[in-house]
Amino acid sequence: MQWLHAIPWDLLLIQTINGIVAGMILALVASGLTLIFGIMDVVNFAHGEFLMLGAYIAVLTIVATHSFWLALIVASLGTALIGALVYVTTLRPLLGRDPLTTILATFGVSLVLQNYALWQFGPVARKIPEPFAGSITLFHLDYSWYRLTIAGLSAAIIGGFWLFLKFGTWGIWIRATTQDRIMAQAMGIPVPWVLAGVFAIGSAMAGASGVLFGPLVGVDHAMGFDWILRAFIVVVVGGMGSLGGSVLAAIFISLLEAYATLWVSPAQAGIVSFVVLILTLLFRPTGLFVATPK
Amino acid sequence: MIPNGGVADPLLRVEDIHTHYGKSHILHGVSLDVGRGEVVGLLGRNGVGKSTTLKAIAGIVHPSAGRVVYEGRQITNMPPHRLARLGIGYVPEDRRIFPVLTVTENLRTGLDRHGVTAARKRELLDKIYSYFPVLAERRNQFGGTLSGGEQQMLAIARAMMLEPKIILLDEPTEGLMPRMVSQIREIIDVLHRDRVAVLLVEQNVPLTLDAGQRIYIIEKGVVRHHAPAAELRADDAPIHRYMGV
Repeated sequence: MQWLHAIPWDLLLIQTINGIVAGMILALVASGLTLIFGIMDVVNFAHGEFLMLGAYIAVLTIVATHSFWLALIVASLGTALIGALVYVTTLRPLLGRDPLTTILATFGVSLVLQNYALWQFGPVARKIPEPFAGSITLFHLDYSWYRLTIAGLSAAIIGGFWLFLKFGTWGIWIRATTQDRIMAQAMGIPVPWVLAGVFAIGSAMAGASGVLFGPLVGVDHAMGFDWILRAFIVVVVGGMGSLGGSVLAAIFISLLEAYATLWVSPAQAGIVSFVVLILTLLFRPTGLFVATPK
Repeated sequence: MIPNGGVADPLLRVEDIHTHYGKSHILHGVSLDVGRGEVVGLLGRNGVGKSTTLKAIAGIVHPSAGRVVYEGRQITNMPPHRLARLGIGYVPEDRRIFPVLTVTENLRTGLDRHGVTAARKRELLDKIYSYFPVLAERRNQFGGTLSGGEQQMLAIARAMMLEPKIILLDEPTEGLMPRMVSQIREIIDVLHRDRVAVLLVEQNVPLTLDAGQRIYIIEKGVVRHHAPAAELRADDAPIHRYMGV
């Protein structure tokens, strides 16, 4: 039983919590991405920039009002609006074309938004203060309440969205549109509005995650980029377009990365997600957390 | 080309529509009328443009020429969701049930419309479930798990949730067991009794002649013959001529 004592149980517990916290934020980013892919087959490369814009809108709102929670709401609504505008002006004209055109278009939008942010706010990172201080003691380490709150809020947003999809009229419209867009229209569902609405909701989820994560990393024009790559990995591993799969994949990958940092440096731990991605693509390309297709 | 009318003040009038699919010219000027509450059959061989005619009326295929008039109003090129709200129900050939929505959710796609009160929604659902007891039994099952016949019932029931003035029925009996075929036949009578017009595309000639009041026979994208169903029941020579049966 010697080896049991060799395992650093306290660190393992901390890393489990770290993994779940990081996983919930990642899940929030990836949910918007997978939702947009699932319903309109658009791979949205600008998703990370909505996260970044959400964080900047929060910075400005906090300067004006000193309220973090108000900033969270304003940023979510603001990114929803920007998302709807981007959808109507850029993506709607391209629907039904080669998927490559929407990839190029969203990549273009991403570059425009990033450079706009650089021009408008400059290269120096801004800070979103944590809305409250305080920490709990886990073994010998202080663990901030805010981190736990982020995980809880992310879970609440995703859970709320799931209920909305499951029970509301709009939820039925969104699911019907995902399953058969033409038949949805023939049943009187205003599909153009549903698509714009979904893009707005997905963008708002990215914006909200930018605000929630802002206090931990600092806000700059490139912050979306770090997230989007990982979010794409999560979406693929979780099964393209599957909301539940994305949430599970986000937590799974984040936990693996968190455990890996027990033995290697955090930068090296980042390799874990790519290893998972490659193994998934090799052995189960439809996704780890979806039912095997018949 | 003269409209193949025969109805004064029709609910639906299709005037000389042409459609193209890629480079192929599918409809070469189809004209037909459907009166209020009338069951009209559209017969023809495979691939002559019957389904395309229904799709053009439902707004899923855009005619390159010609017009569709509904309740005296030009509806050509209107988006399908607005046509559905105007009361045009579409039941496609391949049924196109939403596979991972439950039976009730499938029905709600047509029911959750602006201006329908909760009481009215319940009433409509109850009515549909009394027409289709098998759907009531399966109300919480996913559409994709139903049998072919049940899916056909659901497709028709779903269109009925729109409280339509006309239902476009595309080969509803295709591939169904005889018992299911007679149920579909009864539903058409129910619709007729409820004053819902039906434009019925079928390969099943006896059923169409029996259920319909008037028949159009289409060949190579054009209406070749138009007659009351009773006339064709008495003399089916035109059917032999254009359908080769």
